[in-house]
Amino acid sequence: MEVNITINGSEHASDVEPRTLLVDHIRRTVGLTGTHVGCDTTSCGACTVLMDGTPVKACTVLAAQADGSEVTTVEGLKGADGLHPIQSAFTDDHGLQCGFCTPGMMLVGASLIAENPDPSDDEVRWAISGNLCRCTGYINIVKAIQTAAARVAESSNGS
Amino acid sequence: MVAPTTPAEIGGIGHSLQRKEDARLIEGQGNFLDDIDLPNTLHMAILRSPLAHARINGIDSEAAMALDGVLAVVTGDLMDQHGLAWMPTLSGDTQAVLATDKVRYQGQEVAAVIATDPYIATDALELIEVDYEELPPITTPQQSLEEGAALIRDEKEGQTDNLAYTWETGDQGATEEAFAKADRVVTLETHYPRSHPAPLETCGIVADINSVTGQATIYMTSQAPHAHRTLFAMVAGLPEQNIRIVSPDIGGGFGNKVPIYPGYVVATAASLLIGQPVKWVESRTENLISTGFARDYYMKGELAVTDEGRILGLRVNMLSDQGAFYSDAQPTQFRAGLFHVVTGSYDFPAAHIDCKGAFTNKAPGGVAYRCSFRITEASYLIERLVQNAAYEVGIDPAEMRLRNFIQPEQFPYETATGFVYDSGDYPTALRTAMDEVGYEDLRREQAEARAEGRLIGIGIAHFTEAVGAGPSRTYDIAGLKMIDSAELRVHPTGKAILKLGVKTQGQGHETTFAQIVAEVLGIPANDIKVEHGDTNHTPYGLGTYASRSTPVGGAATAVVARKLADKSKKIAAHLLEAADEDIELASGVFSVAGSPDRSVTIQDVALAAYTNLPEGMEYGLEDVTYYDPPNLTYPYGSYIVVVEVDPDTGVWQVQRMVALDDCGVRINPMIVEGQICGGLTEGFAMSAMQWITFDEDGNCIGANFMDYLVPTAWETPRFELLATEVPSPHHPIGAKGVGESATVGSPAAFVNAVIDAVAHLGVRNIDMPVLPDRVWAAIEEAS
Repeated sequence: MEVNITINGSEHASDVEPRTLLVDHIRRTVGLTGTHVGCDTTSCGACTVLMDGTPVKACTVLAAQADGSEVTTVEGLKGADGLHPIQSAFTDDHGLQCGFCTPGMMLVGASLIAENPDPSDDEVRWAISGNLCRCTGYINIVKAIQTAAARVAESSNGS
Repeated sequence: MVAPTTPAEIGGIGHSLQRKEDARLIEGQGNFLDDIDLPNTLHMAILRSPLAHARINGIDSEAAMALDGVLAVVTGDLMDQHGLAWMPTLSGDTQAVLATDKVRYQGQEVAAVIATDPYIATDALELIEVDYEELPPITTPQQSLEEGAALIRDEKEGQTDNLAYTWETGDQGATEEAFAKADRVVTLETHYPRSHPAPLETCGIVADINSVTGQATIYMTSQAPHAHRTLFAMVAGLPEQNIRIVSPDIGGGFGNKVPIYPGYVVATAASLLIGQPVKWVESRTENLISTGFARDYYMKGELAVTDEGRILGLRVNMLSDQGAFYSDAQPTQFRAGLFHVVTGSYDFPAAHIDCKGAFTNKAPGGVAYRCSFRITEASYLIERLVQNAAYEVGIDPAEMRLRNFIQPEQFPYETATGFVYDSGDYPTALRTAMDEVGYEDLRREQAEARAEGRLIGIGIAHFTEAVGAGPSRTYDIAGLKMIDSAELRVHPTGKAILKLGVKTQGQGHETTFAQIVAEVLGIPANDIKVEHGDTNHTPYGLGTYASRSTPVGGAATAVVARKLADKSKKIAAHLLEAADEDIELASGVFSVAGSPDRSVTIQDVALAAYTNLPEGMEYGLEDVTYYDPPNLTYPYGSYIVVVEVDPDTGVWQVQRMVALDDCGVRINPMIVEGQICGGLTEGFAMSAMQWITFDEDGNCIGANFMDYLVPTAWETPRFELLATEVPSPHHPIGAKGVGESATVGSPAAFVNAVIDAVAHLGVRNIDMPVLPDRVWAAIEEAS
């Protein structure tokens, strides 16, 4: 079947099997491999992408369900003026080790701070509780998301 | 902490340098196994046994073969024709690659489909008919060793029972004498449950064998690419010079990516036979049910103590559940890994350890999950025992430890089981952690809370690890000595490439190993590229596990950098027209002793190494070092956990977690702390929620992330980190390794805290994971 999905601002029209998972479509058809697969039961969040701005786990969304939507993957975070604040904060605060959960974590974090410009420790932890990390113990991920929120707030206050 | 000796722009030891590996990972430009997409790649899916124990009477793969897109269905019989139906394990046993006779655990590999598309490969699995004749499963090692138990390994010559191994160490006579002198004997029987490392990226392979040239390029999620190349050569009979193992970015390892799994062998054989690349990536369920379980030790420890709280001796009986094949990843000499480090941080003369392992109808593995070969189990047992001993003697658990610690002046200290601990200051570590947590006040608060019916518990663990295997005289895996290497090339412009035998899985080697070179030569760490993971482009080594990268590969890096510093000094002397012995090197500047204005930089020297040499010197500025450590290193730490237990539900919450680690010199403190936070979380996971268990039919309960509970950010406690820094006396830069300390040390601290909350009721043990219902039942039983 024909699906039209705008991924990171580019339209992708493809003929896919109806059963094709969104994550496989992104990785194999479109060729963007920054979105990872850590389980296939919506448990780990490594495959998280934003669909029309909302985080979804792309291992349990069909490509067909994303037809007509705008999808943002990790490759789409960086803007014309450089890294998204969430990306630089993850590096600055050592919010990643192996990097496998990182794309999903950053997308959830970006989505959170778009809605909540000053999230508390508990609010961040709740927001990322659908995303597993086996390396960091989360402490620096929480810190990075709060750092990014503070930087976004600061730059919007300044402008 | 020791202050850095290099300026920030050089970024040597002690700087919390930002990680070089982050740039690609935060932009989705990492290169993980499943991201590798070679032309004409075929996809493999594995059919696994639904039963724990059954005879295979036949496999019908006709319908699967007929499916459009399927190229091959590989069975055990086909593998057998090539002599590959069985493979050796890392512990000297053999393991089925694809079952030919019986299946011996749920999830065992029975057949594999090779297809043009992963969806088709998975579809085809459902079309394969296997005629199983069910056999009764054996699901505990106790059942397994009962008289008359069915023989699990009936194919194994000379095997007449289900015993996988026996091993003992220590001095039994001296231990009996110690127990005869004891005022009391404190006994603890506990199970360290089966767990799984479950890195977020599962295991996988892309095998690409050119049938014309014989070149085998094998991309693997491998913690030990060089060792795997050699084992592939030995097992598959491929010429080693034609094998190139590439371990790309790895999404966490924790021991899971040390062994060679059947899927790797089948994919490689399939690529060889078909002449196209074959990719296999485990599903999460496959990962959890078939590859790399850890722990599963039933331990009985007895401590001989005096009424003054002095430990006289330790006796341990241990029974391990090995699953269907004995495939522990561990040094050849030690059948139960380094479990005999179980004497812990304490000074007593006698110990005897008696271990045996049994085959069961469960997945094999026995990997050291974020642990130096079974040290986690050992550390847990002694720290639990010492707390219980304190209760029996009637002194505070902290005081019990302080009375028995190996004292700083006793190092090097030989333990009753033969480890020679190199360094440490245990009393300072424990007292520092106690001061931080406010130990005396907490004990008062605990007593007051108890009077109000609230249950507060304070748990201590003071662990000592033995990591960095290891000296070649003692340590090998499958005959391969556990040395490691570093090759350093400084180019004419003064930039360098460092090539390692070890392989990062998230630990940050690309940053920290560059910092070691920066420290020695003064080349900025950001001018040093670290390469690893590709056997064609890096020197040989045994890989990254057992916290051995810094102790062994890091030592090799320091030594090779020093070799180049020596050569550089001669070149500098030539450039400065001074005597070799008058040249001093600091932060990349070579100057003449007494005339600091006469100097050249490492960059000047690098150019001269290719353009302007002293008479008779060979061109170039590069070298390689193979490092054979003289001893293990012995990181340690003092952890204190405070919990509150709800007496009505058994639910417990961590109120405080203070973790003091001494890992010697910290190359990059930020990265060290990151490792500790991750390790503490895994320790919490095992004590609170994470386990792989089975029902009586041998069905794995814990086969996905809905049943196998790994902590999310919501459950994970907050940690307060402390450090002391006693350098390892024999390591070239005084570092000891840190990646696993927190996982090794922390489970006992968490469990001790829960026990401490209910100890006054008489509770002395709750098995891990310390689930609320178990706590509740223990309280009920005690009251």
